Formats: sequence, C-alpha cells, structure tokens
Amino acid sequence: MIPAAFDYEVAESADHAISLLGEHGDDAKLLAGGHSLIPMMRYRLATPSVLVDVGRLDDLRYIRTGNGTVSIGALTRHSELEHSAALAEACPMLASVAALVGDPAVRHRGTLGGTIAHADPASDLPAAVLALGGTIVARGPGGSREIAATDFFTGYFESVLADDEMITEVRVPASSGGWNYQKFNRRAQDWAIVGVAVAGGGAGVSLVNMGSTPIRASGVEAALAGGASAAEAAGVAADGLEPPDDLNADAEYRSHLARVLTERALNAAGVA
Amino acid sequence: MTITEDAPGHVGSRRLRKEDPALLTGEAKFIDDLALPGAIWVGVVRSSEAHANIVGIDGSAALEIDGVNEVLSGEDLAPLWGEGALPCAWPVTPDMKNPAHLPVARGTAKYVGDAVAVVLADSRYAAADGAAAVVVDYEPLPAVVEIEDAVADGAPLVHADLESNECYTWGLWGDNAPAIEAAFAEAAHVVSERYLQQRLIPAPMEPRGCAAVPSPAGGELTLYSATQIPHILKVMTAVVLGIPENKLRVVAPSVGGGFGCKLNVYAEEILCSALAMQRGAPVRWTEGRAEAAVSTIQGRGQVQHIELAADADGKVTAVRVKLLADMGAYLQLVTPGVPLLGGFLYHGCYDIPNYMFECTSVFTNRTPTDAYRGAGRPEATYAVERAMDSLAVSVGVSPEEIRARNFIGADAFPYESAAGLVFDSGDYQTVLDKAVALADIDGRRAEQAQRRASGSSKRIGVGFSSYVEMCGLAPSRVLASLDYGAGGWEAATVRISPTCKVQVVTGSTPHGQGHETCWSMIVADQLGVDPDDVEVLHSDTAVSPTGLDTYGSRSLAVGGTAVYMATEKVIDKARAIAAHQLEASEDDLEFSGGVFRVRGTPEAEVPLAGIAFAAFTAHDLPDGMEPNLEAHVTYDPPNFTFPNGTHIAVVEVDTDTGDVDLIDYVAVDDCGVQINPLVVEGQVHGGILQGAAQALYEDAVYNSDGQLVSANLGDYLVPSAAEAPRFRLDSHATPSPTNPMGVKGVGEAGTIAAAPAVINAVVDALRDLGVTDVDMPASPQTVWRAIADAQGGAS
Ligand SMILES: Cc1cc2nc3c(=O)[nH]c(=O)nc-3n(C[C@H](O)[C@H](O)[C@H](O)COP(=O)(O)OP(=O)(O)OC[C@H]3O[C@@H](n4cnc5c(N)ncnc54)[C@H](O)[C@@H]3O)c2cc1C
Repeated sequence: MIPAAFDYEVAESADHAISLLGEHGDDAKLLAGGHSLIPMMRYRLATPSVLVDVGRLDDLRYIRTGNGTVSIGALTRHSELEHSAALAEACPMLASVAALVGDPAVRHRGTLGGTIAHADPASDLPAAVLALGGTIVARGPGGSREIAATDFFTGYFESVLADDEMITEVRVPASSGGWNYQKFNRRAQDWAIVGVAVAGGGAGVSLVNMGSTPIRASGVEAALAGGASAAEAAGVAADGLEPPDDLNADAEYRSHLARVLTERALNAAGVA
Repeated sequence: MTITEDAPGHVGSRRLRKEDPALLTGEAKFIDDLALPGAIWVGVVRSSEAHANIVGIDGSAALEIDGVNEVLSGEDLAPLWGEGALPCAWPVTPDMKNPAHLPVARGTAKYVGDAVAVVLADSRYAAADGAAAVVVDYEPLPAVVEIEDAVADGAPLVHADLESNECYTWGLWGDNAPAIEAAFAEAAHVVSERYLQQRLIPAPMEPRGCAAVPSPAGGELTLYSATQIPHILKVMTAVVLGIPENKLRVVAPSVGGGFGCKLNVYAEEILCSALAMQRGAPVRWTEGRAEAAVSTIQGRGQVQHIELAADADGKVTAVRVKLLADMGAYLQLVTPGVPLLGGFLYHGCYDIPNYMFECTSVFTNRTPTDAYRGAGRPEATYAVERAMDSLAVSVGVSPEEIRARNFIGADAFPYESAAGLVFDSGDYQTVLDKAVALADIDGRRAEQAQRRASGSSKRIGVGFSSYVEMCGLAPSRVLASLDYGAGGWEAATVRISPTCKVQVVTGSTPHGQGHETCWSMIVADQLGVDPDDVEVLHSDTAVSPTGLDTYGSRSLAVGGTAVYMATEKVIDKARAIAAHQLEASEDDLEFSGGVFRVRGTPEAEVPLAGIAFAAFTAHDLPDGMEPNLEAHVTYDPPNFTFPNGTHIAVVEVDTDTGDVDLIDYVAVDDCGVQINPLVVEGQVHGGILQGAAQALYEDAVYNSDGQLVSANLGDYLVPSAAEAPRFRLDSHATPSPTNPMGVKGVGEAGTIAAAPAVINAVVDALRDLGVTDVDMPASPQTVWRAIADAQGGAS
C-alpha cells in the first residue's frame, strides 16, 4: 500500500500543466482529486514517475448556465455539483448523480474532469454525461477541441484523450424531460454494480458497469422511439452486451439487473 | 458486597469514556507513531503462490534501490531461531498435528501471504520498494483450497510429511452415544442441516505492527506491538527465542482494535525481536492494509452439520453436530481451540438432554485461522438458531414458540448442561418476551402477510436469534482439562497515594473497550472517590507485570473482578487503620462515601484521605502493620459466565434484485450487571454490525488456485455506519452469582447473535417462495439465485 517513488510538480495553469505533460511524456500523470489515481498508485497498478498536480487550478472550478447549456470546469468537485443551486435548476440529474458518488470525503476531493478522464465504466458521472448528450472540452499543445461524450470513451479506463491533453470543461444541455438515475450497490460508498441513467424523457439512456465503457443503451432508446412501453424497452437493455463478471455479480445477474433497473428508471422518469 | 443497580454512585451511569479525548484529538500514540531514529525497517516478501517450492530468491534488483541494505531468505535467517517455531498454545488432542511453523518459510511456501524473504531497509518506503523488487522463483505444487477438498480421497497434502490433511478430531459425547441414537430413532421430527461459515478477515481499524528495541549494554529487549496480549507475548517470545524473561519487556501502545486477530504471536514479532538482538539496533515493521488481508489470521471457516431430534410437540431431545474446521496452513496461537469454544454450546439456550459434538480440523493452503470476535460461539449459535427455525416450520409453530418450548427455565439455574457446563443465571423467556414486544412482531407479521397477498416485490422477514455464550475465560482447571497451555486468571493491584489518588494496575489489556473508564467507575464507587481521581495503568509488562490480557469477553468478569477484590482488600486495611485511629472495633465501623464512621456515633469519623496519609507517614499504624495502602489480587474465576439474549432482525427483501435491507434490529441482552450502559451499547452496536456483516457482506473469497480474491476493502465489504440498521436495545439483567459484582461480559454478544437473526429473517421473508436456506453472505446475487432456484430455474 506504499506507492512507488514519484516526482511531484504543481501546475500554475492549464497551459502549464499541458507543457509539463509534454516535457515528461507518458511517464507523467495529471493529479486532480486523486481519488482514483492514488488508490491505483498505492496498489502499484499505476506507477507514474511524475505527478502534475492540477488540483489548485481554481479557475477551472465553476458551474455556468445560459443559452440552454451548462458549462462545468474540469476541477469542479462532486460535492460542488451536488450542492449547486444553479445546477439543480438547469440540470438536476447531474446534481443528483453527483450526490450518489462514494461518500462525503470522496465527493469533496473527486473532480468531474477526473472521473471523465479516468473512464471507469463503473463510475456514475460519466454515464450521466453520456445520457445527457454532453460534450467534453480537451486542451492540448495545439489548442482546444470538443468531443461528444458518445465518442469519448473507447475502452476499459481508456478514452480518445491524448497523453498531453487535459480536460478543461464538460458541457451538458440544460435538461428537459423526465430523468432518473438508478444506482444499485451493496454499501453506500461503493461503485454501482449496475447503474442506469435516463435523460430527456427517455431520449438518452445509459448503463453503468455493463461493459468496458459507460454504454449508451441505444436499443432501449430506439425501442422507446418506436413506441415501446417502458417494460418492453427495458427488456432489451442488456441485449448484445458483455457485462463483466466479478464478486458482486456475474454476467447473467448483471443483465437481469440492467433490465430491472432500466424499467425502474424509465418509470421513475415518467416514460410511459 | 454486591453492586446493585439502584445503588447511588457511578456504576450504572452513562459516563463518557476517559479514553476518548486522546483518541479523538490524535494525541494517542499507536505503534506506527513511535519515533525510533536509526531503526531498521523490515519489508516482508510474501508468497504469491498458495503452495510452491521456493526454488530461488533473487534480491539483486532490490539491493540496487537506495536505502535497501539486505535481502534475507528463510535459510539466511535460520540461525536466529533454528527449528524454533511459532507457538501454538492449545494442543487439543495428544495426537494433534502441529507442523513446524517458521517465521520465514524455508523450502516451501504454503499459502498466499506466507513470508518467504525479508528486506532490511532504512525507511518504510525503501522496505516496500525492496520487497516489491525481490524476485522469487517458485515451482508450483497442487494446492488444497476448500475445506471439504482437504479430506477428499487423493487430496494433495498441505504438509508433505503428514499422512493426511487432518489436524485432529475432537469429540464430546462421553458414554451418551446409545441414548442419542435412541432419541433420533424415536423422534417425531428430525432436522438435518448443513451450514457454511465463510472465512472472514478481521480488519481492525489499525493493522498490525511491531518494533523491537534492544538495550545492548544490558542485553534487554523491549518489544512494542499492536497486540491484545503483551503478557502472553512476553512469555512466548522468551520461550521461542530463549531470551531470559527478566530481560524482556512488552508494551502495547494504543491499539486500534483487534477482534481477536491481535490475540496471537506472529512471525513479525519474533522476526523483529530476533533481528534486534542480533543487530543491536531497533527493528520495526508496519503492516499494510492489503498485506493484512493475507498475513493476519482470518476467522471462521467451517462446514457444519447439525441434527436435531424432537418429539411431536417440538421439544428437542437430542442434538448431534459434526464440524469440519479450516485451520489454514499452520496453527497459530489458539487456532485448534476455536471450534471447541463453540463445541459446548450447540444446544444453545435450550434444555436438551442428549448432546454429541465432533470436530475434525483440517489443513488447507490458506492463511491460518484463529480467534475472531466470538471465536466458536457465533458458529455454534448460527447452527442451532438456524436449525431451530427449521424445526419450528416442521412442527408448525412460530419461531418464538419453538424457543419457548425448549428454553432452560428461569428456575433451573444453576443449570448443568448435557455438554457439561454449569450455567450461572438467566431468564431466557423474559428476555425473549421483551424483544418480541419491542420489535412489534404482530405488526410486522401483519405487514408481511399484506405484502405477500398483494404480490409486492418487497417482502418483509422477521428473524430470531436467542443465544447464550460462555464468557469470563476461564477457570484455570477447566482450561487444563481442555489441554490449553495457560491459566485463566487475572491480576490487579490497587494503591492509594498519600493525597488519596488511586492507582489501578490491571493485567487486562484494553484495545478499544474502555477499561480505564469502567475500572475507574468501579473503584470510585467502592472507595467513595471521584472516577477522575483514579488512574488505570495497563498494557506494559514493566508497569503491569502479571496478566493474561483481553479476549473472550473476559475483561470485566475476570479482570474487573480482580480490581474489585483488590479494592476490597485495600478497604479492609484502611478499616484496620480507621479502627486504630477511632479507637473502635473494626466490626463497629461502616464505610460509605469515602468515610469510616462508628455505627451509632456519627461524629466519630475519619475520611479515607486521612487514612491514606497516615498509611504513608506510617507514624501511627497498628502494631505490626506494613505502611501504605496497597493490595494485589490474582483472581481465578470459579466458573464461566453465561451472557444471553434474544435478537430480532427485520429485513425487507427486494425479490426483483435480491437486495436485503436491514430495516429494524432489536436486541435484548442479559450481560449481568452493567457498569456503564454507554460502553455496553457501544459493544452491542459494533457487535451486531460485525455479525450482520458476516450475514450480508463479508467474505474472504479464494479462487481455485488459492488466491484471495477479496483482498482489499473495495472487494471485502466491511459495512459502515451507512449500512447499520436502526439499533433498538434493551436489557434484562440476571446478576451472575459467579463473581461479586454480578457481571457477565458483552464484548462478543452482538456478533454471536446477529448473523443467525439476519439470515433467519431473510429466509422468513422468502419462505413462501420456497426458499429454505441462503448461504452467507446473503449478497443480492445469492438471494436472487436462491429465489430463482426455488422457483425452478433462473428467470
Ligand atoms: C472510496 C471511494 C469510493 C468511490 N466511489 C465512487 C462511486 O461510487 N462512483 C464513482 O463514480 N466514483 C467513485 N469514486 C471515484 C471518485 O469519484 C474519483 O474521485 C473520480 O473517479 C476521479 O476523480 P479525481 O479528481 O479524484 O481524479 P484523479 O484520481 O486525480 O485522476 C484520475 C485520472 O484522471 C486523470 N485526470 C484527472 N483530471 C484530469 C483532467 N482534468 N484532464 C485529463 N486527465 C485528468 C488523472 O491523470 C488520472 O489518470 C470513489 C473513490 C473512492 C476512493
């Protein structure tokens, strides 16, 4: 439980962080809230030789609303999402999902940019951003680019983000329509065994921990669009997926949970 | 003198704990807080294989790391202990197999986590880097992982030099076998069940750690360790390493919980001590959390077969139990004795005339097991309480009715059980009645029926667990009859200083329980002083040289009684001085509120403070009396104590997902007289959650290769406050006649009671769906499958 030795640099700005990443190559890792990276380092599953600490970049801690969009700085903590009145107004689902991440200590350290970049299929907020049809703003040496959440996640802990890129902002449309998030876990502090996010009255449905990435449940969305009932649409939630098999759930049980939770989420979101 | 509940004073009050300010402000010092400049840090290289020959150990990469100084194999270390092995103090049968257990393995590694080499370094960080860089070449051998596989034909051998994997078979039935056969032959109802006790990881808040500090000039050694048993550890270290006992001191600093896992003599303690003596420098080791999962003992690990025979009314006439118990790869301090601690209690709180218990213990290629909160008694209670519910179904009566028909009656005490124990006191029916009322059983059952009728997917279940346990370990002669290698007494010294402050020295070693608070309250009431004027010293063999430490809910019933008796002795001496000063007969004196008075002559009085000072100056003491007020008592209890209670769990089970929600929990306990109800409740709350954890969350899962899969706290699910049910507690004290305060013990009660209550509730919720059993832990997936199987295949 003692990490391998590493060097530590404090970034003064996003650009400084990006130049430090360029300088140290793929030996370097950004450190935001540290609540995914540090546990991995303690198990020596990650052994970066340099940490670039972006945790003090307070100019990337904000929640701005307007023009039908919510823009959130990458260093915004989960607890800030949870307690923001502006977010509760403009995108209540995101605030409500943030409140279900880990425990209070985790929510006070963990950041939105960190959880998206970490690309853990079992995490809550990436799936919520996916269901909401969000956009991720990444900055690299050559400037910023916008990546649709649907294009962002590529595999288990993998995304399209380049080694020298940093997420600076996450955008989601101000939500309209019924929404719900179902998180099924055994202890309050745990990741979801399976989770289901429903946004926009069923226009966006995503699944947590049902594959190697957060997954857009396009089969469910299509069934709904084609006039299926909530129960019928939920019935296809696990079709074609290869959910993981672990101590909490094997693939068969996970698929069952995905169907049950999708139906519950659709019902709670008011999808008929 | 008996402390009664209505006596004015501190005993019985919810006094806040003395220990807490230092713990809560971070002032308390734990093992890793010790500053030891120049210490050698040990990093332990642990086997990644469950069973393998160690072909080679390559430390070259480790030695290149800054601060790593040496890499030593089991062979290199052999001169430190020769064939001297880690001790097992409980050879339960004369032919028990006890394979030599070296602190660092030589030749063969026998479980994942077995120490195979050590790294000596300048810092803890370098030690960890060094340990990670040592390359061990293994030649894998077939491993025995599951208990029943260990006794299967052709099973690989954990210890190649033994004929089988059997460690011992121990039985308890005397000449009763024909009567038992007859009882089963004549029974109207027979219940026959098989239950699994999964392995559990104790996971105290503070992992282990130790530091051995030599004084080379005089040849002394001080061993600091996060241990529950400094006194036993001292004797054992002296014996294993041949260090003269007078040169050894063992200190337990603040210890962050143990639950039994620190009731041991571990490889690292012996290793650090031996190296410190050899090197003449402090040697220390701090366990990591992930390391603790495999390097510290685990608990439970049994396959239980229990049979009940009953007449047509459900009155049980015989109980027959066969256990297979998992010792792990080696025997630690009391590993083989754990099943026996439950072996006397498989009849539960019921009057069952015929009793048969047999346990076969086996070696497996897994971390050794040993005592874990309740040690044997949770297992026994689980089996009998689950089986009683099955019997209730068979007879067609409620769980509370089957218990009522079988309870040992309140008028039957002292009650001699068929297993040979004499139960001290109890009123099991009153306890159960209180619990039933508190839990609103009728209301819950109505709700259950209504949900069933409406086809709701949220089922309600109510589960009972009535338990009795044996605490206050233990009469030394009884331990002798069980071949345990030590006594069961406890020591105490009480001194009153010149200014009338009180010093209590206890051999009982707290590691979270609150001894300082409770001992102070007892003594304060006896002497008529303020509890804050009482200091309690413990956990350091230089300060408290005599003791047998803390485990098995023994502290209050044995250690507290010793303190009480030593205080009585001090009062006797003070009375003699008071009589001398007042020129009265001792018989005419009464002592209350810290003042001696001559009966009938209220103005003739002398306060304890005056006597304390007189005893100190010794200017005018009765002829021949020694100066000072001080007394020492070593108390060997005449019997165990028998705490008991009824717990009721109420669960809501989501039949769509298998999720179990513990929505209410009622516990009515009889732990005898309570010194401090706040401390009692703390023990009961933690105990219940730890028992519920076995029922619902915790499982040390090994794969078929013998790898511990649930090795971190993300996968090994220790519940937190968020998972805790609403605890609703009550008590019904029947003071124990065994000791003068009437106390019994409460450290394990909750853990013993909770697991069967919770599982009985889960089964009760699902019985109409055809579910009759659910394995622990009743995870959502396990419950969902149990429902699906009962309904005829997965949905
Ligand atoms: C006990 C515990 C329980 C938890 N429970 C949950 C849970 O229930 N649900 C859940 O979703 N999560 C949970 N988490 C994870 C938590 O939400 C993390 O905080 C989050 O996943 C990562 O955010 P972070 O800011 O801590 O990232 P860090 O750990 O600092 O970094 C994670 C990764 O992202 C990279 N990174 C960080 N910021 C950026 C950026 N701006 N641009 C590019 N790369 C970046 C880092 O280099 C690193 O590779 C839990 C964590 C713990 C310790």
